[in-house]
Amino acid sequence: MSVIPRIAAQVFKESVRDKVLYNLVLFAVLLIAASYLIGQLSAGQDVKIIKDLGLAATQIFGLFIAVFIGIGLVSKEVERRSIYGLLSKPVRRHELILGKYVGLVLTLAVNVAVMAVALYAVLGYMSWAETEEFRQGWEASATDPAMLAAILLIFVQLMLVTAIALFFSTFSSPILSAVLTFGLFVVGHFNADLRNFENVVDSPVAASLARVLYYALPNLAPFDVKAQVVHAHPVSLGYVALTSGYAAAYIGALLLAAVFIFSKRDFK
Amino acid sequence: MARYAIRLQELTKDYPTGFWRPRAVRALDHVSLDVEPGEVLGYLGPNGAGKTTTLKLLMQLIYPTFGRAEILGRPAGDIEAKRRLGYLPESPYFYDNLTAEELLVYFGGLFGLTPSVARTRASTLLDRVGLGAERRRRLRKYSKGMLQRVGIAQALVNDPEVVFLDEPMSGLDPVGRRDTRELIRSLRDEGRTVFFSSHILSDAEALCTRVAITVQGRLVSTGRLADLAFEVQGWELIVHGGDSAALVGLGLDAVTTVSDGRHVIELPFDRPPDQVLPELSRLRFQVVSLTPRHESLEDYFMRLVARRQAPAA
Repeated sequence: MSVIPRIAAQVFKESVRDKVLYNLVLFAVLLIAASYLIGQLSAGQDVKIIKDLGLAATQIFGLFIAVFIGIGLVSKEVERRSIYGLLSKPVRRHELILGKYVGLVLTLAVNVAVMAVALYAVLGYMSWAETEEFRQGWEASATDPAMLAAILLIFVQLMLVTAIALFFSTFSSPILSAVLTFGLFVVGHFNADLRNFENVVDSPVAASLARVLYYALPNLAPFDVKAQVVHAHPVSLGYVALTSGYAAAYIGALLLAAVFIFSKRDFK
Repeated sequence: MARYAIRLQELTKDYPTGFWRPRAVRALDHVSLDVEPGEVLGYLGPNGAGKTTTLKLLMQLIYPTFGRAEILGRPAGDIEAKRRLGYLPESPYFYDNLTAEELLVYFGGLFGLTPSVARTRASTLLDRVGLGAERRRRLRKYSKGMLQRVGIAQALVNDPEVVFLDEPMSGLDPVGRRDTRELIRSLRDEGRTVFFSSHILSDAEALCTRVAITVQGRLVSTGRLADLAFEVQGWELIVHGGDSAALVGLGLDAVTTVSDGRHVIELPFDRPPDQVLPELSRLRFQVVSLTPRHESLEDYFMRLVARRQAPAA
């Protein structure tokens, strides 16, 4: 067994015992359950609201897990000096980075799955409790499998955010890594605006800079298909594959950069 | 087989300091040192002498500015060399949510041990460092001394040929220090090479076959303890016969009378034996032994530090 799966397994083991993780997942599941109550307040819109809130909770709490545990993967190891013991073992620095990444993605996968099951459970109960006549009024069935596309894209987006957190944590402190990652997450959702920047500014320099930023910064808006799914608009497999491909390329570039920085770094 | 277990050649490390106008601060300055297989080398020096920097260079946690470090004939950081070494970092810290046993099994796995072999080894090592009963407790509940013991255990999980220990006695209570000394002795008896840094000189005196003393990043002295240029601070003279009351008349204050008429006389540095021996002979004392009293390793060390830190004349 290579050292990468061993490091990944250790990250998973360490993460699932982290109280922060328990709290986040518990809170997310409670919020999803509570969306049932909120849905009751709006006649006829309840399933949409539950789906919307449930998917949003999955994304937001997944984001917290990706950032708060992701930044700890490397920067906390450096700060607490546990990295000394690890790097003195027959582990290459790139193996450490990749192992940490795989471990956190595994943790995220389990957590997103738990949240998805909670969401489907609430929606399933909803569907079971309502009359056939009432269900006929829904745009899509409560347990619409198309929601899985939205959940998958949320997961892929979280993989990308994890790579961003890991990248920052290879050269900055945990707090700065968290701030930068959250910042990039927010910017990433408005990235598309940069594309049209040249239409609203006169300066060619500003327009060129906006174009460079558009290509350099992650574009996270395409990962958000909550609205389509909730309103029963189809999300094609091709779209999911293309968006995932973009994420894979970006993740690859981030991990390469993280490995490069980490390999050159002195651990004083 | 490599001739040297550890070899440092002109090893130098500069750290940049300052953000806007960084300048290099030299932490280690052209240190060359060879350690033979089976040796226990004490790497001594005050805080800031470059001990931890040297160990980090050997583990390739930092990269040298100049020079080269080798372990078992391979460059520092080489994976094959890492397979054959163990390292205890200074004030070690591990993963809060793992138990000591899980940590050792995890680290053992990184050396390619199967889980069952790693578990057996973890059990043996945790017993050896006195943590057998605590093996299933999470590390976040461990005291500093317990973490130090776990640190020693994890350094041995791969049955290493060369063991690097950075301040191994740090954070340990007297029992822990005694146990660790015994452990280092047993590592020596097993034929392993041990390179340990310390500023506690009595540990070096008790354990080392050789010491290397570093001050302000430079290696200032190496050698067997018996060969180092310890200054004579006085003499211990044992005489027999004669009248003990006459010794007081000679102005010798530090006299202890032991059994069978023997007297132990502590001669200070400003009263060398050649000034006293003729008088003692005249008073019919017979010399049993004359032994120079050398400065302790601590005194020697402080003298080197003072010399090194004194401003250039």
